[in-house]
Amino acid sequence: MSDAMNNPANSLLVQDARTAKRNAAEKRFRFFGIAAIATGLVFLVILLTAIFSNGTGAFQQTFLTVPVHLDETKLDKAGNRDIEDIKKVSTFGYNPLIQQAVFDMVQAQGIETPFTKRGDMKALISASAAAQLRDEVIANPDLIGQTIEFRVLATSRVDGYLKGRVTRESVERDKNIDAEHFDLVDGLRDAGIVKKSFNWDFITGADASESRPEQAGMGVAMVGSFFMMLVVLLCALPIGVAASIYLEEFAPQNRWTDLIEVNISNLAAVPSIVFGILGLAVFIQFAHLPQSAPLVGGLVLTLMTLPTIIISTRASLKAVPPSIRDAALGVGASKMQSVFHHVLPLAMPGILTGTIIGLAQALGETAPLLLIGMVGYIASDMPDGFLGGFLDPNSAMPAQIYEWAKRADPAYYERAWGGIIILLMFLMTMNIIAVILRRRFERRW
Amino acid sequence: MNDMRIVRKDVDMNDTKISAKGVQVFYGDTHAIKDVDVEIRDKTVTAFIGPSGCGKSTFLRCLNRMNDTIDICRVEGNILLDGEDIYDKRVDPVQLRAKVGMVFQRPNPFPKSIYDNIAYGPRIHGLAKNKADLDEIVEKALRRGAIWDEVKDRLDAPGTGLSGGQQQRLCIARAVATEPEVLLMDEPCSALDPIATLQVEELIDELRENFSVVIVTHSMQQAARVSQKTAFFHLGNLVEYGDTEQIFTNPQDERTESYITGRIG
Ligand SMILES: Nc1ncnc2c1ncn2[C@@H]1O[C@H](COP(=O)(O)OP(=O)(O)O)[C@@H](O)[C@H]1O
Ligand SMILES: [Mg+2]
Repeated sequence: MSDAMNNPANSLLVQDARTAKRNAAEKRFRFFGIAAIATGLVFLVILLTAIFSNGTGAFQQTFLTVPVHLDETKLDKAGNRDIEDIKKVSTFGYNPLIQQAVFDMVQAQGIETPFTKRGDMKALISASAAAQLRDEVIANPDLIGQTIEFRVLATSRVDGYLKGRVTRESVERDKNIDAEHFDLVDGLRDAGIVKKSFNWDFITGADASESRPEQAGMGVAMVGSFFMMLVVLLCALPIGVAASIYLEEFAPQNRWTDLIEVNISNLAAVPSIVFGILGLAVFIQFAHLPQSAPLVGGLVLTLMTLPTIIISTRASLKAVPPSIRDAALGVGASKMQSVFHHVLPLAMPGILTGTIIGLAQALGETAPLLLIGMVGYIASDMPDGFLGGFLDPNSAMPAQIYEWAKRADPAYYERAWGGIIILLMFLMTMNIIAVILRRRFERRW
Repeated sequence: MNDMRIVRKDVDMNDTKISAKGVQVFYGDTHAIKDVDVEIRDKTVTAFIGPSGCGKSTFLRCLNRMNDTIDICRVEGNILLDGEDIYDKRVDPVQLRAKVGMVFQRPNPFPKSIYDNIAYGPRIHGLAKNKADLDEIVEKALRRGAIWDEVKDRLDAPGTGLSGGQQQRLCIARAVATEPEVLLMDEPCSALDPIATLQVEELIDELRENFSVVIVTHSMQQAARVSQKTAFFHLGNLVEYGDTEQIFTNPQDERTESYITGRIG
């Protein structure tokens, strides 16, 4: 022992050269690992900051809350509240009422302004406001003759001014709105008439025309995505699971199954646009399914999702210990009983996780939708009933985002980011569901 | 080797239950079993011994056609169960396995409750008419598996939560629950501690009253303790087959002698 003390070469208290080198290598490796993770995190933070700082604005919208007098002589000349007569009054009948209401409010508040006619208020009021008011009156004709508090949707310029996107300088050459209008908006804001509030219409509403970004919403595209996911789930899950069970448990090992196996793996790597053109050729040109329909979109995305589901299902079937199969066969269960009673339940968490990941991929996919006409379709109407959900032309969430990002008005740019937030929320929810399902099923010992 | 703790019982052991003639097994190009003839008696414990890799498991798995599940495996020759060829085209292996039960090397209970582990076989074979019937079958099987007293209060607990020895007795109970005629056991004690091993060995001796038992073991002491007949395999050949006492005290083949005296293995 004293020998070791005296001779440092033998002492455990002194690292020998080999150990020192090994430790240094380990330290270096750990450093690289931490650096890699840190880089990843930094990018994630940058991404999320960009998305949220650009996109949260879309969830707020500017409104002018004013009392609007629903003049009976304008809206229901006959005075008998006949719904057909009321419907005959177009938005042109409502516009003056709203403009008058805003103009009266400006006068009542005593805001100094060079504008002297109600028509000058037009620059503040969205063209959609009249339509919204008309819808409200048609839904409830008894309002006619009354004065109601109405939230008048402001134009995207006014909205942009409140959000700091539009400035007095930037509207110098704008023929729709002038700096004086913004003075007026300042006055109305100070009086509490112009306010930003949470924009449900962005979540539930339909897409709008190029000139009315203040009205555009994701709702219809969301419905489109929902029906596509329904198609994908109903087609890809049973087909994928059945194919995997057959390949994994029943198929003989030979050249044919090897070939199929290789092809399925290759299919997973096929660019999604290829599935798009296949869908165009097969489902639309050959089978004559309607263009832009979520049914077609769902079928195309099914093709794309199948390999993902098959690969993950086969992996989870493989992961079930063979001893369970032996046990079942040993007590005289048939192959099919052993698979359905024992193997499949144990593989379920993996299958579900794979399916949800496949669905999430499909939900965010845009390229194949280009070719079947879902990108660029202006999703301005809710589909007609459940069947219409599958067959009526529609857009999808990522397609809607792409569409908005393409449009010239910066107000649409903001909405594109907002759409991305909604899409991410959906993806996050799906992933959380995957995790919960996994936990739930795995708790069975 | 003289450790004969288990009292030999007098049981009728003169009928042949399984008769194998000229059995050859190939895994692809590997010739795993070479021309094996053997007669396995009813109500008898027959032990297969031999160095590892000699084909004991392979031969055992031929007896209930578990080898069918291995794609590359090919079996030739005749194996008769009560005079019927089990490799006949008309035989459904699933029906055969209900008659020839199997217990595996590692305990492999289903990840279900103890009750469901036992009840699964009777359920799929339709052995119980109602719940009371099934309860009775489960209790009987667990008693035969010598584990009833340990688990009767927690039949709903997972079978995988039991200790290794308990799990193996549960698997034996599961195998006897379908009322097989032959019980095949592939090294059933190799994953167990000595006390659990002893319990399982005692159980095997009791099972002899009702079943024909074939047990693969790499432990010669175990073969000596539980079996009445012993077959010694070496490199795919059945070298010697006879009464256990004779094999251990007076082996005819020198390979058998080297093995039991520990010179090969
Ligand atoms: N599934 C299999 N595929 C290919 N060869 C196998 C397989 N199972 C066993 N073998 C081969 O068959 C021979 C006998 O194996 P086995 O019956 O497991 O021996 P034992 O049970 O006596 O140890 C060995 O050479 C082994 O490599
Ligand atoms: Mg073996």
